[in-house]
Amino acid sequence: MGGHLNINHLIFLGHGALWTVGLSVIALIGGGIVGFMIALARISPLKSVRIASAAYVQLVQGTPLLVILFLGYFGLAAIGLQVSPLVAASASLTLYVAAYLGEIWRGSIQSVPKPQWEAAEGLALSRTQRMLKVILPQAIRIATPPTVGFMVQIIKNTSLASVVGFVELMRSGQIVNNSLFEPFVIYAIIAVVYFAMCYPLSLFSQRLERRMGRGKVNLAPA
Amino acid sequence: MSIQLDFPAVLERWPSFLGGAALTLELAALATVFGALLGTLAAVGRGTHKPLIATACRIYVEAIRNTPLLVQIFLVYFGLASLGLKFSAFTVAVAALTINVGAYTAEIMRAGFEAIPRGQIEAAEGLALSRVQIYWHIILLPAVERVYPALTSQFVLLMLASSVCSQISAEELTAIANYIQSDTYRAFETYIIVAVLYVILSLVMRAGFWGLGLVLFPRRRRRGTPL
Repeated sequence: MGGHLNINHLIFLGHGALWTVGLSVIALIGGGIVGFMIALARISPLKSVRIASAAYVQLVQGTPLLVILFLGYFGLAAIGLQVSPLVAASASLTLYVAAYLGEIWRGSIQSVPKPQWEAAEGLALSRTQRMLKVILPQAIRIATPPTVGFMVQIIKNTSLASVVGFVELMRSGQIVNNSLFEPFVIYAIIAVVYFAMCYPLSLFSQRLERRMGRGKVNLAPA
Repeated sequence: MSIQLDFPAVLERWPSFLGGAALTLELAALATVFGALLGTLAAVGRGTHKPLIATACRIYVEAIRNTPLLVQIFLVYFGLASLGLKFSAFTVAVAALTINVGAYTAEIMRAGFEAIPRGQIEAAEGLALSRVQIYWHIILLPAVERVYPALTSQFVLLMLASSVCSQISAEELTAIANYIQSDTYRAFETYIIVAVLYVILSLVMRAGFWGLGLVLFPRRRRRGTPL
């Protein structure tokens, strides 16, 4: 490398972009699993579970992701685990995404009209059956547009994993910049690549939302 | 696996931590004020019948909302430098955060504007209010009142996002923490304290906005709607 921006630099940036996608998928899956448990815990019949999960959400949502990443990176080291930046970034992003997805999904579950819960109860379904067969299928419909919208946030936020040395798109841009020192050109390219990844998702989320807007009329109790 | 935490070694730097927290609040407050102005202008711009202005505002909003803040900060930082303009890192941070939060505020304000019933504006026209009066009393203030909770959340998120400015060494809480941890070798303890400070800052900001809402929107308080 060195000299002018050439095809090797672009290939290197491409690898970074792949890792951005990879880290986003890991964060989405990990955060989705933990977030689903958070959503259920937030509406649990047990008060202590509700309070604990609410405290978790408040703490994570009141802390910048950058600080959570540092905490994950140095925290895992503090308990004697020598972990790669990938593990530290994945763990931190999972905790972060879980808090936000948990809240989005709790809202979706709770926005299923109340008579649906009552009708399911009236049909003598168990709590698990009520959840799986009546509430969740409707909640998933409501939750899809904001979840797709949040995926944009996840992709953008993986750029912060660069600070713990994980070589994703942003970090690979910094590395290329160290050899070329053409920051404005390189970061403009990086910005365009992020835009190309995020904008289709934004449009998709908006389209889903508009379609939901029509569907909602049917869902509302008469 | 045993954790040995040594908080006293880090906590003796408490004046630096508090100074950092104050700088974060200052950064957030400046970006909030400028961002609110920029966002409102962009929202008005998107609603005008001049296609050039409306398109420009739309491109601004979409470009910012679909790229990471970290990239935007670097672009502003190096962009200003390549234009030969020298500013302190703090000024660059305020500029970048303003541009960033302006785009999100524009979307929120647009939702507020769209929620104003047409009839209200027609009624105001019927009462022969001037354009400026209509914009202020019928459109802007009720729109802000309506989207106030969303704006509040956005500005708290902005305060948290300002931590990213530590990457261009703008002096704020996270940047101060980076100095302290490299000085004391107590990284985990340092960032735990910083996390607690951010949680406190966001609670303080929420309480502040809530109080401000009570003063600004007495109608809302009378109705008993939660802010």
